Amino acid sequence: MRYAMAIDTKKCVGCSDCVVACQVENNVPIGHCRDWVVEATSGTYPDLSLEIRSERCNHCTNAPCVRCCPTEASHIVDGGIVVVDHDECIGCKACITSCPYDARFVHPEGYVDKCTFCIHRVEKGENPACVSVCPTKCMYFGDTDDPNSEISQLLRKRKWKTLIPEAGTEPNIYYLT
Amino acid sequence: MIEEVIVSGRSNPEIDPYLHVWGWEIPFYLFIGGLVAGILFFSAVYTIRGKQDDYPTAVKFAPMFTPLLLALGLSALLLDLSHKLYFWQLYTNIRWESPMSWGAWTLMIIYPLAIVWSALWIKDVFPKWDWKFKWLEDWIEIIRQYQKYMAWALMVLSIVLGMYTGILLSAFNARPFWNTAILGPLFLTSGLSAGAALIMLLSKKEGEKRLFARIDLMLIGTELFLIIHLFMGFLAGTNVHIEAARLFLGGEFTNSFWIFVVFGGLIFPAILELLELRKIKIPHYISAILVLFGSLALRFIVVDAGQASRWLY
Repeated sequence: MRYAMAIDTKKCVGCSDCVVACQVENNVPIGHCRDWVVEATSGTYPDLSLEIRSERCNHCTNAPCVRCCPTEASHIVDGGIVVVDHDECIGCKACITSCPYDARFVHPEGYVDKCTFCIHRVEKGENPACVSVCPTKCMYFGDTDDPNSEISQLLRKRKWKTLIPEAGTEPNIYYLT
Repeated sequence: MIEEVIVSGRSNPEIDPYLHVWGWEIPFYLFIGGLVAGILFFSAVYTIRGKQDDYPTAVKFAPMFTPLLLALGLSALLLDLSHKLYFWQLYTNIRWESPMSWGAWTLMIIYPLAIVWSALWIKDVFPKWDWKFKWLEDWIEIIRQYQKYMAWALMVLSIVLGMYTGILLSAFNARPFWNTAILGPLFLTSGLSAGAALIMLLSKKEGEKRLFARIDLMLIGTELFLIIHLFMGFLAGTNVHIEAARLFLGGEFTNSFWIFVVFGGLIFPAILELLELRKIKIPHYISAILVLFGSLALRFIVVDAGQASRWLY
């Protein structure tokens, strides 16, 4: 089992519904976010192209945050989801500095917080909140170890990229381009 | 030329627009850790070589400060934690892959050793010292039989402590400026140099001052060599490493690093020490204070610059 997410940059309109859904579902404190939308404009005027990406923790297979955590608060559970155990986190912030995606932050209560792929929903067989509310249905969540899953089929059919693969983290959020 | 403009909707405190989760506490602690490593290293080395009477400040007096210094450093570390009441979780796990865990356990061993080590010398420093309890005095006399073994252990552990203060940062691949193996040896050398400077500052014996001025000169030379290699490595690296080096070669850390660390903390005190060794009268404390200040500034600048360097995407 290897949970992953694929996000279709051709269908995403950057409405930030995923961000709001996450904040409501996970009671994310005001002024913080576990997922966010990035608009990347590239090229030279007038030949410009725009890519809109919904970003979050990449639940890396080779996760630097898990490696550097001194207490095992950051750990990987079944399905490859990277989670933080609040009662084991001392708030040393090593994981925050270790993440090339800057996907983590300090929760006002002191522990380090980030996207959990809505593990409480996934365990019940539901999609993460961001995926389930997306109005353009540009986000796909599933098991990349299963060759018949929708996400596996998409990754075979479409061109895709991951963010900073050269950092060696083996990220599990795929952007369909 | 292809350009890219990224607009992000994220604005998490201390993360955006630039990472700044580590303030003054971490560099201050890294400085203290290096300084304590330096003091204990010289004390242990000259104990092993039987020079306690030739270099009394290095062997006996300077270690008196280490328990207090470590207490200060650890208080800073504790202040940095955002989930303080859970700090004990550090000691329910041993994580070989985590430098933070290595550091926690090294301190756990070195702190009591530093206290016992100071206790062994306290009567030499303060002849009127009274332990008040007979059993305490007996106990210290028993430990004294193992002083040489303790010195060997301290020598090794002080190198681990000094080295770890750099490795703590170099283990983070996400921050290109930290991600270099040079940082471990650089911080170790800088810590030893700070230790030598403090000994020069405290010493009243001319011979001892001169010895540590010579040692400090060699350490400063090594540091300059390591700094040159640090930048050579970055400039021969990937784009993000070149960008990281540029923070110091025209970027925002250029003035602070080259003026306060390289010139004020290394080259200028080295010139003063050279002149002192040539018997030109310059008070030792000037170069010693400059070296200590440079060592502190190095930690602050490296911790800040690492957080300012990043992978761009």
